Amino acid sequence: MQLTNRRKVVSDKKQTVMEQLYLPGLLKGMLITGSHLFKKRATVDYPDEKRPIAPIYRGLHVLKRDDNGAERCTSCGMCAVACPAEAITMESGERKKGEEHLYREEKYAKIYEINMLRCIFCGLCEEACPKEAIFLTDRLVDAEYERDDFIYGKDKLVEKMDQRIDVTKRQTPEVLEFKKIKGLKHNELHDPKKLKDKH
Amino acid sequence: MLVIWSFIIYKAIMCVAVFAVSLAIAAYSTWWERKFAGWLQDRYGPKRAGPFGLFQPLADGGKLFFKEEIIPNVSNKFLFILGPSLVMITALMTGAVIPWGRPLHLNNGDIFALQITDLNIGFLYLLGVVSVGVYGIMIGGWASNNKYALLGAIRASSQMISYEVAMGLAVIALVISSGGSLSLTDIYESQGDGGLANVCWQPLGFIIFFVCALAETNRAPFDLPECEAELVGGYHTEYSSMKLGLFLFAEYINMFISSAIMAGVYFGGYNMPEWFENLYRSHVSLDTFAIIGMACYVTKIFIFISVFMWIRWTIPRFRYDQLMNLGWKILIPLSLLNLALTVGVEFLRGNITI
Repeated sequence: MQLTNRRKVVSDKKQTVMEQLYLPGLLKGMLITGSHLFKKRATVDYPDEKRPIAPIYRGLHVLKRDDNGAERCTSCGMCAVACPAEAITMESGERKKGEEHLYREEKYAKIYEINMLRCIFCGLCEEACPKEAIFLTDRLVDAEYERDDFIYGKDKLVEKMDQRIDVTKRQTPEVLEFKKIKGLKHNELHDPKKLKDKH
Repeated sequence: MLVIWSFIIYKAIMCVAVFAVSLAIAAYSTWWERKFAGWLQDRYGPKRAGPFGLFQPLADGGKLFFKEEIIPNVSNKFLFILGPSLVMITALMTGAVIPWGRPLHLNNGDIFALQITDLNIGFLYLLGVVSVGVYGIMIGGWASNNKYALLGAIRASSQMISYEVAMGLAVIALVISSGGSLSLTDIYESQGDGGLANVCWQPLGFIIFFVCALAETNRAPFDLPECEAELVGGYHTEYSSMKLGLFLFAEYINMFISSAIMAGVYFGGYNMPEWFENLYRSHVSLDTFAIIGMACYVTKIFIFISVFMWIRWTIPRFRYDQLMNLGWKILIPLSLLNLALTVGVEFLRGNITI
């Protein structure tokens, strides 16, 4: 099996006079490196210039609020169950009177933590969520000095009302359709027979 | 009395200027090396510290000063400190005999020579001081009491001693063909006013000198003394903080000085080809003319430094036996041949008599 067309058989042949002179070879090499002065750089100058990412990139999570600014999460724990890396922990609380503008459901997450070192960004939490509350976004998890700092609480996860995070790319009609049907698996979406059965 | 004082002041200014310029150019050579290497490898090179990464050398220098300075318990402390100092001192001393330009004429009628001292044995002084630099590396490597440092130091000293022979022979041929004076000013002047640059008379000698200069400055492909694959860091394995910085810095100063020597003795230094000088000579004052000449010299030096770096980022380093074969079996016979040819040609031209 030939893996590359640049393979060369190693031989023990004597050098020719040109090769022994070394200087022609050196000049040839310098021309090759010199020609790279005029070539395009491979570097993506990261903080100033970002590599394009897929529209459905799975990065840092966001906990959505509804249009009135109330948190959508009802602390059902489906995401934590779905999480294969067991990165999500939460503690539920009961909504008091007068907190309707803060929490949409009667039960809400008092503590909601995702350990970003454990998370594998698979997106199963988002798929499991019945309230459209958690989404993966195109943002990245920042570098930190301490391992503890990677446990993101509600302060970092819940979106701010003045800086809402657009997740429409992850709510394509197909996805919305998919979410309507209970018990449907990913690969069954385009299978008309299965789709009919589940309906 | 006044004459002596003004002489001392002029020389002091020149000393400080050469000192500062050597250090500044060495610092910015590190920046240029990284930038140039980046371009050769389709990268940017340093660009975050200041515009175009121009503050990078300052940041690096600052970092080196603040790093912990470790002197190994088992080392000989005096020699351990003497090593890098010696390397640095000799590197800075070499700039003393190089004429950086034609003399300037001051308002009060004095002449300000752009050279610290015009020794009549200038070239011998250079070779001598450069050989003392070997001691710095040897002492530093030996005092570290570390086998890798010792091996690196042995390699460095044997390499530098071997290549000094060929370099000396190339210099003898050069001196014969440029009029028989060892003073650098005389050699530079012999290439001005319609004279050809020495490289036209000494092409082989120039190649030999260039290769030897690469070896003397421990630059690639002759950087075996600091061959990290075999010797950890070579002679500066045990060094840290600014003492390491002195070693690295001295390499760049040596590179600057050897570029200056090559640009000067083989490529005319502040002289330019006559047709080029005639373009502007009659239009400008004598001082402006001298300054233009200096700018030409700096450009030549810059090109040489860049070629040094270009070579470094192109070819891999030699093996130790290849290095010794090249030095003793090829360069020294070649430089003897070059010497014989030079003497023959000069005899036929009638410049030397028996």
